Amino acid sequence: MITTKDVEHIGWLARLKMEEEQLEGYADQLNSVLDYFGQLDEVDTREVEPTYHVLEMNNVFRDDKITDCLTRDEAIGNAPKTQDGYFKAPRII
Amino acid sequence: MREESLKLRPYLDEVGVMIGLEIHVQLNKLNTKIFCGCPLDYHDDGPNTHTCPVCLGLPGSLPVINRKAVEYSIKVGLALGCSIEEHTQFYRKNYYYPDLPKGFQITQYDYPIASKGYINIEGEDGEVRIRINRAHMEEDPGRLLHEGGSIERSKYTLIDYNRSGVALLEIVTEPDIRSPKEARRFLDKLRNILEYLDVVDTTLEGSMRVDANISLSGGSRSEVKNISSHKGAERALLFEIVRQKNLLRRGGKVVQETRHFDEARGVTVSLRTKEEAHDYRYFPEADLVPLKVADLAPGIAKTLPELPDARRQRFISQYGVTDDHAKSLTSEKQVADFYEQVATEVDPKLAAVWIADVLKGELNYRNLGIDAFAGANMVQLVKLLAWDKITEQSGVEVIRTILDEGGTPDDVVAAKGLLKAGGDLVTAAVEEAITENPQAVEDYRSGKQEAVNFLMGQVMKKTKGRADAKEVREMIIQRV
Amino acid sequence: MITVSQTLENVRDSSAKEVVSQCIERIEASKFNTFITVAKESAPEAAKKSKNIKGSLAGVPIAIKDNISTKGIRTTCASGILGGYVPPYDAHVIERLKEAGAVIVGKVNMDEFAMGTSTETSHYGPTLNPWDIKRVPGGSSGGSAATVAAGEVPLALGSDTGGSVRCPASFCGVVGLKPTYGVISRYGLISYANSLEQIGPIASNVADMTHLFNVVAGHDPRDSTSVPGEKDYTNALVDDVEGLTIGVPKEYFGEGIDQAVEKSVRDSVHRLEDLGASWQEVEMPHTKYALAAYYVIAMSEASSNLARFDGMRYGLRLEKDHDWHTTYSEIRSQGFGEEVKRRILLGTYALSAGYMDKYYLKALKVRTLIKQDFERALKSTDVLIAPTMPTPAFKLGEKISDPLTLYMADVNTVPVNLSGVPSVSLPCGFSNGLPIGLQIMGKHFDEETIIRTAYTFEQNTEFHTKAPEVA
Repeated sequence: MITTKDVEHIGWLARLKMEEEQLEGYADQLNSVLDYFGQLDEVDTREVEPTYHVLEMNNVFRDDKITDCLTRDEAIGNAPKTQDGYFKAPRII
Repeated sequence: MREESLKLRPYLDEVGVMIGLEIHVQLNKLNTKIFCGCPLDYHDDGPNTHTCPVCLGLPGSLPVINRKAVEYSIKVGLALGCSIEEHTQFYRKNYYYPDLPKGFQITQYDYPIASKGYINIEGEDGEVRIRINRAHMEEDPGRLLHEGGSIERSKYTLIDYNRSGVALLEIVTEPDIRSPKEARRFLDKLRNILEYLDVVDTTLEGSMRVDANISLSGGSRSEVKNISSHKGAERALLFEIVRQKNLLRRGGKVVQETRHFDEARGVTVSLRTKEEAHDYRYFPEADLVPLKVADLAPGIAKTLPELPDARRQRFISQYGVTDDHAKSLTSEKQVADFYEQVATEVDPKLAAVWIADVLKGELNYRNLGIDAFAGANMVQLVKLLAWDKITEQSGVEVIRTILDEGGTPDDVVAAKGLLKAGGDLVTAAVEEAITENPQAVEDYRSGKQEAVNFLMGQVMKKTKGRADAKEVREMIIQRV
Repeated sequence: MITVSQTLENVRDSSAKEVVSQCIERIEASKFNTFITVAKESAPEAAKKSKNIKGSLAGVPIAIKDNISTKGIRTTCASGILGGYVPPYDAHVIERLKEAGAVIVGKVNMDEFAMGTSTETSHYGPTLNPWDIKRVPGGSSGGSAATVAAGEVPLALGSDTGGSVRCPASFCGVVGLKPTYGVISRYGLISYANSLEQIGPIASNVADMTHLFNVVAGHDPRDSTSVPGEKDYTNALVDDVEGLTIGVPKEYFGEGIDQAVEKSVRDSVHRLEDLGASWQEVEMPHTKYALAAYYVIAMSEASSNLARFDGMRYGLRLEKDHDWHTTYSEIRSQGFGEEVKRRILLGTYALSAGYMDKYYLKALKVRTLIKQDFERALKSTDVLIAPTMPTPAFKLGEKISDPLTLYMADVNTVPVNLSGVPSVSLPCGFSNGLPIGLQIMGKHFDEETIIRTAYTFEQNTEFHTKAPEVA
């Protein structure tokens, strides 16, 4: 069972700001879905390897060859805040 | 087998320092970044001029790994005595920071490309083996500028993604290092090996960045980040030892935390907040397929150059130099190359003395690299010395003059009249000195050995240092 | 609905520019909220240029799902968080379409970040089903299917992570393909769940779908999971199923299936039998766990894939900044819709310390069992046939309030994504005037056989000739 405290923690891990009054609603929704996921416990997977890739491909490389860069205007053109060719982010702390 | 042969060393003192290092090495001799074709020659250009959808993390872009980055990593792994794993793959390390354009870093986790190696260094108590736990590949984040001062005081942050996506090899040691000085020696040795491998230009800013874990007497460890030089590593670790010691002395407890090294102030600062507790949620990166590259290792092993330790042994056996000289000559690749160039033309032992004992010191004093002195000049100088044309004292003067003013040994010797004085001149000077200083002669005769030194000084003054000291000494003793 | 051959004829008779301008008129008059962005400036220009292109789709208008990167055309993923993002690069499929002369007329509506089965989670409002505007068009590629069904464009691209091409194709009575994982480059497809998804073609008939597929499929060195080689899939447009063995998995006719849907699908199998195929029932015992495994994997991947939307390089940024973590959290809280947030939270949880093995790793193991179900079933058969969706299109608002009920609708489509096999959905009947979709699944890289089966069925039935009244 996920508690409102758990929701707060997951919300922080996921960096989704939540208001106090939303926590209970989220807890209910998450619990009902996680309940459903619980049915996976029924499956015996002791001898089963996980599938990360459906295709068994290995060793796909590219050569160490230079390709075109974006221009700086293209690179920063979509940024809401910039300064002197840099992206502008908030202070860290 | 290697594990067994390793003797764990006793603590050097009651403090029981244990240091482990994580070194982020930029494979900056590649043409392009690890997952895209952006070039690495951004150091002289403005911000955000070397980016593309991949290294900017634009929605929809996908990574494809640079084959050469994998080959370089195998090369380093082999040089560090690591085994190259049969199966290696990439993971996502999920955390959020403005220098990380995708909100996760592509790195390795359970299946690093290389593991279980070592580097031997000159430790506090003789040669010691520092074990390498693993070396794994990952992408470099962008570079942040904390505007308005330090990270703690800045008002906002500027981001340049030119560095984003540069191939990094993270080398992780076991906590086998026992002192800040050993840490520095380890880093110097590693840099030396990397230079021999020709996979990294260590003169570029940020090419080797260090995080250090340190604990005392088995207590909690702190992790110091943001160390950008080997000297910085030594300072940061010294600071940490003192800080932790003081904390323990006052009855406090070292908390496990991440600290930031403030290079300018020479201190480490806690950045830990409640929110800092990390849960990286590592999981496999499905946009990249696994690598099965162990079979590349034998071929790459064949291309490995002679490494510093092997070269040192060869210098001893091939050139007959002392172990100390061999060590000094091989500690930087360029110096070793320089030495071998000189040693093929002149007496290798004499060359070793003059390069290791004299030239390196003069270069260090002036903060110069070996490229400041031409190999041909060293050949000429050693010849002058070997043929007894100039004295050792003049030899030193020649080196200093060339470094400060330029020229060749022949030029300097001619200009300064350093050619060793002829026999007659020296004999005359000895005669003069004896006649002019009867008291000294008397003193010597009555058993005062130092009196010879005084007489020698007088002779040297008269010959302006061009006489051979040993010869002069013998002549004086014979005469009186 | 409009076919490609008709369109090419119109281009020949008038001009690409004329064809495209009429197309844009239809789009602007649409009652179904199919488009998010209409390329009113670039499309006529591209139409003009297409005169000089010899490609198979020269001058043919196409609609692109809004999670595919289009250089110079706003790309939103139907989310508030992408703000006014205008990509500086084209997805691989867009480059291929341009080389073939196709004209991108705009970006079509979808569930936000492709998370949904109804196109109701779009930041730009729901798309309506052209067969009944009170009903959903399916999702998440609802705009792609609806615009083709409404006769606005002949072709569209969607993307299919857990059924997102096939579901709306089924609800809107059009043809949609989810290719084998790796056949169409994902370069430029904005990831929701990157180990599961593929871009897929949508058209009004099997032949048009195949022509579009032929243009966009093929190797791309910028996608590490793109398989090498090129094929001409139009060779599979053959009216012949003689000797074909069909497997009918009984688990796909489970609880909650609509009677009319079951009957139409079984009738379709019989129709193919009449045409020379044989069929047998097959068992795929792990099917019932597919939904849970799918959602665990998709949400886990999504929680990571959507971390990049931080407002620094593109997208929504709030006026006032605080410290980094607070700023980032606020942008995401405001920019993402409810369903997206729910999935990010669940995915974050499934990957978090202590729960990784219980959820994520377990789901990947169940994925292996589901893949094995397909391998076993397709050993003795050539294709598998089942309903695409257990019901016809449901009503707007009917399921959106209860996430779990909505997830259940994907029960027959998600196993295909977990195993990576190709699957096509095409119309096979009607229930109360609403289309029913037939799902034909095949072996890895055997798109040819499912295309041949679908083409044969279509050539010998009339369902694809029906179109909704849109006037």
